[in-house]
Amino acid sequence: MEALFFVLGIPLLGGAALGLLGHRSYARDINVVFSLGTFLAACALTAEVISQGPVFALNKQFYVDPLNVFMVTLTAFVGLTTAIFSRPYMRVEQDHGKMTPPRMRLYHGMYQLFSCTMLVGLTTNNLGILWVAMEAATLTTVLLVSVYRTPASLEAAWKYFILCGVGIAIALFGTILLYMAAEKIVGHDGGALLWTNLDSIKHRLDPNIITLAFAFLFIGYGTKVGMVPLHSWLPDAHAEGPTPVSAVLSGLLLNVAMYALLRCKVLTDGALHRPLAGQLMMGFGLLSLVVAAFFLSRQKDVKRMFSYSSIEHMGLIMFAFGMGGAVANFAGLLHMTVHSLVKSAIFFTVGHAAQKAGTQVMSEIRGLIKVNPKVGWGMMLGVMAILGMPPFGVFASEFLILTTAMREQPWATPFLFFALGLAFASMLARVLPMVFGETSLKPLAHPPALVPVFVHLALGLVLGLYIPPYLNQWYVQAGSMLRSAGG
Amino acid sequence: MTAQYVPQLINLCATVILLLSFAMISQRRIVSLINLFTLQGLVLVIASVLLGYATHQNELYVSAALTLVLKVVLIPWLLHTVIRRLNVRWDVETLINIPTTMLVGIALVIFSFSLALPVSQLSKSIAGGSLGIALACVLLSFLMMITRSKAVPQVIGFLSIENGLIFAATTVTNGMPMIVEIGVALDVLVGVLILGVFLFQIREQFDSLDIRHLESLKED
Repeated sequence: MEALFFVLGIPLLGGAALGLLGHRSYARDINVVFSLGTFLAACALTAEVISQGPVFALNKQFYVDPLNVFMVTLTAFVGLTTAIFSRPYMRVEQDHGKMTPPRMRLYHGMYQLFSCTMLVGLTTNNLGILWVAMEAATLTTVLLVSVYRTPASLEAAWKYFILCGVGIAIALFGTILLYMAAEKIVGHDGGALLWTNLDSIKHRLDPNIITLAFAFLFIGYGTKVGMVPLHSWLPDAHAEGPTPVSAVLSGLLLNVAMYALLRCKVLTDGALHRPLAGQLMMGFGLLSLVVAAFFLSRQKDVKRMFSYSSIEHMGLIMFAFGMGGAVANFAGLLHMTVHSLVKSAIFFTVGHAAQKAGTQVMSEIRGLIKVNPKVGWGMMLGVMAILGMPPFGVFASEFLILTTAMREQPWATPFLFFALGLAFASMLARVLPMVFGETSLKPLAHPPALVPVFVHLALGLVLGLYIPPYLNQWYVQAGSMLRSAGG
Repeated sequence: MTAQYVPQLINLCATVILLLSFAMISQRRIVSLINLFTLQGLVLVIASVLLGYATHQNELYVSAALTLVLKVVLIPWLLHTVIRRLNVRWDVETLINIPTTMLVGIALVIFSFSLALPVSQLSKSIAGGSLGIALACVLLSFLMMITRSKAVPQVIGFLSIENGLIFAATTVTNGMPMIVEIGVALDVLVGVLILGVFLFQIREQFDSLDIRHLESLKED
């Protein structure tokens, strides 16, 4: 239980400290130290949950079970590696005059607070607090998206704020309806928004209210996941901010929104006795996958292309959870993990490549493998991994999702193959000239931190080849928590 | 005042809130828009206090006080300061086709009522029937955000959505748990501050608060 306080307290303290000292030259290192502390606390929390089972804290307001502890560790881990990556990256940005000391202070302070809000969202048991944390996560990142103050970045941040703000407001309406349904059963003081309470009474919740509530929650949190008709903020926000911010937005915040959606789905499945939530998730997941694959093929900006790739993968994950069932849930969780790792690794290399070229336009980035072989190989391997080449973990999860879809939802198979194939062809066609090809680019003044890239890719590789038994058990356990609700 | 009038008075408040939403849709002057928003917040406070009186729930008084401080005093003051500094206080926005917008608004109200009717019948609260009105206020605020091309009215639309949501929480469930209400209020406050910073940044960059300048990031 103490570990949980450290998980939440360290980034909060870090936010306060870096809000004061973030403009100093050593702030980069402080940022890494706080992120490391958070990660160690998350490991301790994981050990506690594995050995003792689910943990409650603070009058049941916080609840950690196998489902969210795995995401807490992932979030803390990617938060740490992104902090390591951002040390040399932001230094170069500062040398280029894009970041001034006050902006660095904003960046460092908000980076820690952003980690804190995500971790609060993941560990809270109260669906109201989950909403507050999701909104706070938007608020902490919106000023980071516009930190360069260019017209494009201001536009991206404004869109991000308004669209996500409106989306999340709809989710609050859904939360109010959910509270109304639960209040009738447990009473006004019975903790009617606590997920564990809701989970225990979900079969008695009124189906009419829950249908309406889930519709609102789905639209609301779906906006934050980047679900297709509501995705237009995502490529802008992920492409215009500093690259470390792109990496955590794509790699982590989308996961947290998906997690919120999953928690709501479990309750809805229990209350409705029909797979409405699953069908909605399958339909919109597939739509996101196909539409994102088309947009992906038309991009000129490298970060926008990978942002669309994030929408594509979130669509696939949503589809997997929509199918439900033991294998699909397992695959969905695995895909969330490897997507986080690989996508943030890709953004790290893309950041360095764009810094070298001085532009994010793909046709002007050439021959990375000659200028800096590590960046070139990192990007090549990362792209192979994200496209689902064996032996990386994405292959394993996509294979499981595809085979399950063939067996249970055969109608969806052609769409899945088509979208994945289109994404494969168009992304590879863009990336090959960037990695190979003739170049006149110069190396950077500060050597890039590429350890995080290869650590992420190695983990992605390991998850593709061999999932350790305890991790396997963890996935199965978390997957069954999602499924037991469906039954 | 006897308790039997309270439900009627709350329904009166609900009607006034809905009317104010319509008034905001058709208001061209930015300063009047902020005043209408303040008034909507005030009616919201009155509704919460009435409900607190009728149900003897002290939490509702706290929630009303929170709304009073935030939506009636602090945020309008911030907005007035911002528009004075940006010198857009007396700006008049040309709105196209107010009658059409109003008709769309009426359609939205009918839609919300039909959507909320089966659910609001299940509410235990004495003002449970207001769910439709709360939903209508949220949708009308969306409509306002869609039809406006200036940044400040968009911000007010955004805040007005929050008013509708708080009204829903108050009337349908007699208030969310206190910790959630405080969290929501905090988010709204931080959101307004950030939007204020944005308004200055947009003005500095584009020399105008017309968000039609913010349409260059498109797929081509």
